[in-house]
Amino acid sequence: MNRPGLAAYPARLARPLSAAGAVIGLLLALFLVLAPSAEASTSPSPAPSGSGSSQFQNTISGFLRNNGQGIGGVKINVKGNGFEGSTTSADNGSWRISVPTQGSYEVGIDESTLPSGVKLAEGQENPRTVTFNQTSNVSTIFAFGAGITVHQQSFISTLLNRLVAGLSFGLLLALSAVGLSLIFGTTGLTNFAHGEMVTLGAVVVFALSSVGAPFWVAIIVGLLAGAVFGYVQDAFLWKPLRRRGTGLVPMMIVSIGLALAARYVILFFFGGATQQLPGSQVQDIDLGPVSVSPLNLQSLVISAVVIGLIGFLLLRTRLGKATRAVADNPALAAASGIDVDRVIRLVWVTGGLLAALGGILWAYYRPGVTFNMGQQILLMIFAGVTLGGLGTVFGALVGSIVVGVFVELTTVFGVTADLKYVGALVIMILVLLFRPQGILGRRERVG
Amino acid sequence: MDFGQILTEALGEMVSPTTAAYALAALGLAVHFGYSGLLNFGQAGFIAVGSYGFAMTTIHFGAPFWLGLIVAIVTSVIFALILGIPTLRLRADYLAIVTIAAAEIIRYVVTTNSLTDVTGSANGLAGFRQDFLKLNPFPPGNYLGYNSPDFFYRVFGWGLVVILGIIVWLLMRSPWGRVLKGIREDEMAVRSLGKNVYSYKMQALVIGGICGALAGLVFTLPRDVVQPANYGTELTFFLWTCLLLGGMATVLGPVIGAMLFWVVLSLTQNILFGLIQIGVLPFLSPTQAGQLRYILVGVALMLLMIFRPQGVFGNKKELAFS
Repeated sequence: MNRPGLAAYPARLARPLSAAGAVIGLLLALFLVLAPSAEASTSPSPAPSGSGSSQFQNTISGFLRNNGQGIGGVKINVKGNGFEGSTTSADNGSWRISVPTQGSYEVGIDESTLPSGVKLAEGQENPRTVTFNQTSNVSTIFAFGAGITVHQQSFISTLLNRLVAGLSFGLLLALSAVGLSLIFGTTGLTNFAHGEMVTLGAVVVFALSSVGAPFWVAIIVGLLAGAVFGYVQDAFLWKPLRRRGTGLVPMMIVSIGLALAARYVILFFFGGATQQLPGSQVQDIDLGPVSVSPLNLQSLVISAVVIGLIGFLLLRTRLGKATRAVADNPALAAASGIDVDRVIRLVWVTGGLLAALGGILWAYYRPGVTFNMGQQILLMIFAGVTLGGLGTVFGALVGSIVVGVFVELTTVFGVTADLKYVGALVIMILVLLFRPQGILGRRERVG
Repeated sequence: MDFGQILTEALGEMVSPTTAAYALAALGLAVHFGYSGLLNFGQAGFIAVGSYGFAMTTIHFGAPFWLGLIVAIVTSVIFALILGIPTLRLRADYLAIVTIAAAEIIRYVVTTNSLTDVTGSANGLAGFRQDFLKLNPFPPGNYLGYNSPDFFYRVFGWGLVVILGIIVWLLMRSPWGRVLKGIREDEMAVRSLGKNVYSYKMQALVIGGICGALAGLVFTLPRDVVQPANYGTELTFFLWTCLLLGGMATVLGPVIGAMLFWVVLSLTQNILFGLIQIGVLPFLSPTQAGQLRYILVGVALMLLMIFRPQGVFGNKKELAFS
């Protein structure tokens, strides 16, 4: 490289940093403006401490809350696998019962013990079946009347509601999908550990809020944790592997190992329970015919703005141009003087940050933080990316929105809620059958 | 800590029906990936299809064992065809994503509450092994420390492992197997020799899938229950760990890999529990000890792939990737 190039180096180095700073600053501003009045609402869930027998290792637990207020003294019956028992919720609404073996249990609330005026929300199964899935704790949440729409809705308004929810879901998917797609585009790696990057953001935010950190500090650290995880992964794992010339398939399997390890590390520290982020229980608001959770709206706005910003950075800045060049042809990009490793590092950092943001929004959307929340969303992200065309950034955006809207709309047209993700996966397979390059992918031989 | 008991338990784990099931399913993966280069991340789907195919015919139609077995095999063949037709012409990573998606579709469908009458949803189906146990030739008694049914499950499981192992071994040294390995090494070259690569890949997918379905039987019969939670993506990844542990383009590799996997899991579990009991690890709860093992599995998978991709028995020249 010639001298002017060297001299220009500090300036070039500063650019990605300022870009990352811009992203974080913008996010912060958004969160501050849209913050769901975190101070006023419930603090993070305390550890369950309801009465109940504790002679077994496996537990079923949950919280009974109405409008953020714990409901105490409610009887909960559990039976299954030859076991039958009951427990009563503590004053803060938490309950826990231990059962002899893992398996499926029928959990029911004795509705006659509910305080007067409190009713289960519509669609809340009671009794319901819970199943242990490789962890020794399962939790189930019974939602109560207020805050959940119970009035009969017209078809059109249901459709519009689901459309808005789907758009919100699609955009939060897109946040993670854009990162995955950029990583695939620049390195060729199908990153199975992307789901854990999603989980990390939400888990860090939960951990910090539960030790009393202010909401915005928790959010910033959560996003930074995602970015740092991306950086560390690339610096200590993927870059050395690229140096060794490891093939794409072995790298894919390494990412699976990383996903398993990371998921169980999170389970190790976080536990198997579902926790709530601060301010996750809010009333729906009515906007004309649409009744929507303000969280969904905020999530929609945040995702849209961030994706717009990413799009702008990619299309209008030198660095974005360099990224697209590397995605297009790394060797050629290197030959024209682009520092490929630096671009890839930046892509990993951005991807981690976006995934963490997606995870925080996903925790509000579901709602709840669990150790495997990223694993649940990973295939949806893949579906979005494949649908739009592997490696294309705007394809990932379009694909994710299609997936999000489709997933939510199928429930309007008679598909039960527990099958809503199946539709998206079927669509993905069909797209591969008829247009393997995806919606926006370039037509090329992928066989 | 009783080391004798820990060792006995680990050795018992080595021949358990679950290990046999893992060995069979990993053998299927060896056919898919080790010999043909097909990235199947949906082996859990094949196992689920086999298990549910068997359980549902037995429970809903009162079918005898043999019919259930045939249904399990046929459904897994159909599943392989459905998966293979769209994806086998595409790049390897597309097959990976489609297979993992298809396996999850199966799991969602058998979990949904709307099909509770057919699949039992999250509770699954139970009580379908009576007819299988009628085939038990061993009179009640003690066989190597196992009672008669327990011994029969082991004989059945490991018998299948041996039979399929021999079949796969013979297939892979036949001209058919050599074409398959050729596809793995250089698809274009094989195509230029006039072979129908697509059809060969499909046959490999079907054979590996049948191994998976039979593994499903071996897995569920001793439990007498099928539950969707058992067939998540993690099962597939554990199978991959077994396969890579043993060596992917070998017949013995996946079998030994499955044994090693379970022995190590059992050893670490019991040693950690023992250490917790005598108070050496006060910061660790027994639940966390269980989770610690799976962290180790993940790390082991990464390290294996990076430092010894050919596994314990494999030959470095026979890697499905270079």
